[in-house]
Amino acid sequence: MTGVAATEPVALTADGVSKAYGDRRALQGVSFSAHRGERIAIIGPNGAGKTTLLQILAGSLKPSGGSVSLEQGEIGWVPQQPALYSKLSVAENLRLFARLERCPDVEGSVERMLDQTGLRDRARDEVGSLSGGNRQRVNIAIGLLSDPSVLLLDEPTSSLDPRQRERLWAFVSGLAEAGTAVVYATHNVAEAERFADRVLVLADGELLFSGSPRELEQTVGGDAEAPDFESAFVRFLHDRGH
Amino acid sequence: MRWLLLKDLQILRRSPLLVGVLVGYSVVVSLVAGLALSSGPSKPTVAFANLVPRDDSEIALGGRRVDASQYADKLFAKVKPIRVKTREQAIERVRSGEALGALVVPADVTQKLQGTLGLGGGGRPTVEVYYNADNPLKRQYVQDTINATLAEANQAISNEVLRESARYLNVIVAGGEVALPLVGSVDILGLRNARKIIDAARAGLPEDAPEAAALAQVSRFARLAADNLDLSKPILASISSPVRVKERVIAGSKSSLSTFAAEAAVVGSMMFVGLLLAAGMLALEREENAFGRLIRGLVSRTELVAEKVGLAALAAFALTTVMLAILGALLGLDFARSPLWLIVLAVGSVAFGAMGVAIGGATREVRSASLAAFVISLPVAALSLVPSGAVAGWVYDVIHVISGAFPFRPGMRALDAAISGGGLLVPLLHLVALALVFGALARLSLRRFA
Repeated sequence: MTGVAATEPVALTADGVSKAYGDRRALQGVSFSAHRGERIAIIGPNGAGKTTLLQILAGSLKPSGGSVSLEQGEIGWVPQQPALYSKLSVAENLRLFARLERCPDVEGSVERMLDQTGLRDRARDEVGSLSGGNRQRVNIAIGLLSDPSVLLLDEPTSSLDPRQRERLWAFVSGLAEAGTAVVYATHNVAEAERFADRVLVLADGELLFSGSPRELEQTVGGDAEAPDFESAFVRFLHDRGH
Repeated sequence: MRWLLLKDLQILRRSPLLVGVLVGYSVVVSLVAGLALSSGPSKPTVAFANLVPRDDSEIALGGRRVDASQYADKLFAKVKPIRVKTREQAIERVRSGEALGALVVPADVTQKLQGTLGLGGGGRPTVEVYYNADNPLKRQYVQDTINATLAEANQAISNEVLRESARYLNVIVAGGEVALPLVGSVDILGLRNARKIIDAARAGLPEDAPEAAALAQVSRFARLAADNLDLSKPILASISSPVRVKERVIAGSKSSLSTFAAEAAVVGSMMFVGLLLAAGMLALEREENAFGRLIRGLVSRTELVAEKVGLAALAAFALTTVMLAILGALLGLDFARSPLWLIVLAVGSVAFGAMGVAIGGATREVRSASLAAFVISLPVAALSLVPSGAVAGWVYDVIHVISGAFPFRPGMRALDAAISGGGLLVPLLHLVALALVFGALARLSLRRFA
């Protein structure tokens, strides 16, 4: 655990979380804590268990073993595919999930999210008519409706163009500065390096590394064979047989 | 193209469940439907109880004795009889579904037939027909079959009566012997002989000399001729249908065919709305990726199942209530029974909704959910309308088991009982049980839904 959030209180703890599908073990005893204001990137090759871990943290999947504890507040969940009703408008989607989240001020929460996502002028448009980027903004807005203490995002920028990505990370960084612990899975190693205080490296369901991007580079030596973070990450996996 | 074909075959080989269901279901449904269409007995099975004592089966028609049992052969040419000894046995065969109907010939039928034909008076002979009308289609089928065969038997008796009437008229005209009840054999002079006697008497006598004996003969002939003509009236009355039929439905529907059609329309609509809406709306949660978001504490899986069942049931209930109200007004149904209609519509809608959710839980998107709902429901609904006895017994048993696993048949039975009377509790409990089973299946399917 490194960075500015090290001294902040723990927001979320995963303790020995594992998940098995028959004989296949998708997660094996993953343990870590997320502190308030901390940005954690989960990286790893395809099939490493990133989405499974996030789903378990979000509560939409039951672990086969271990536990997840939330110290206080709510968990906001932003799945990789926009989980929205395409026949409802932006405002109607927000209102529906605000009610399901039991937000004390439903209309206030909707207004806040419309402002935060910059979608006020599209509030009455059906989600089905929005671009992929705007759908993702609504998707994230729904994850933020409950004003969560922990925000979980699965590949949040996969459908966004560079400008939208920049805006998203600025938005997420603002949330973290306000004290929200942000845990996200990504294939984009550069985004992990740039926007994460800490990276968790998962491979074949095992947590291989937990530390800052700089610490990961130092682990593999930072020599000429790994001149940047992405090369260091690949080398790290290679050294461990992945 | 062959590579595409190879690819498709590889995909199918790696989808054994899909292929199994596709092939297995199609084969089973097609086989059962085919058997239902092709294996119906050419002659409907009818239990037959002849209660007439063996030595009492002959009737006297004029001077001849005719064995009435020969008329039973007319019946058996059109039906496949199961001969039983008592009325109770015949009724039991019908109640069990072994026979489409039962024909009981009471012990007094020959006496009454003799009374009708032999000028002895008394009531007309009556045979008893019993049905177990699973539905009005079946009742119509049995009625048509038995009435047609009885009409043929009546026609045969009528022909016999006409022959006998012609003989009587011949005796009246030409003279001869005729056997009458109580009186015995009587020599009839005949109109022609009478005229000869009268002519001879008139020719041999002075105009003013009465001939007592000849006149007495003429007088006797006149009386007997008048009596015979008078007694021929009941014969003529009985010619059109000497044997009456007393019909009795021992169990099942009392609905008319039009009421039955209305019931089928209402339950069919309930089925389509309930299944399609429930299956589609649940599959939509998956298609929109919203399921994972919902179940992480916002809504439980059980609540989700209940909500979809409730939505589909509400829509199906609203639609079928309006339909039944309109059809009820058009057909003159008894609206005093409408509380029972509403109970059946509500329970049936829930059962179809639960089945729809089970289908929706097993599919990934709305289109496949809708297709699955159609593919499953249509043949099952059609099979549910096949009446017992219309197909071979084992085929009906298979149909009975398959259709009993879906809400259409109990829905039809419950609605029929609610509209026309009859046992409502059993089909209603059947619907409740199916709702619970399908609800549980839907809940189980959601375990792997995310």
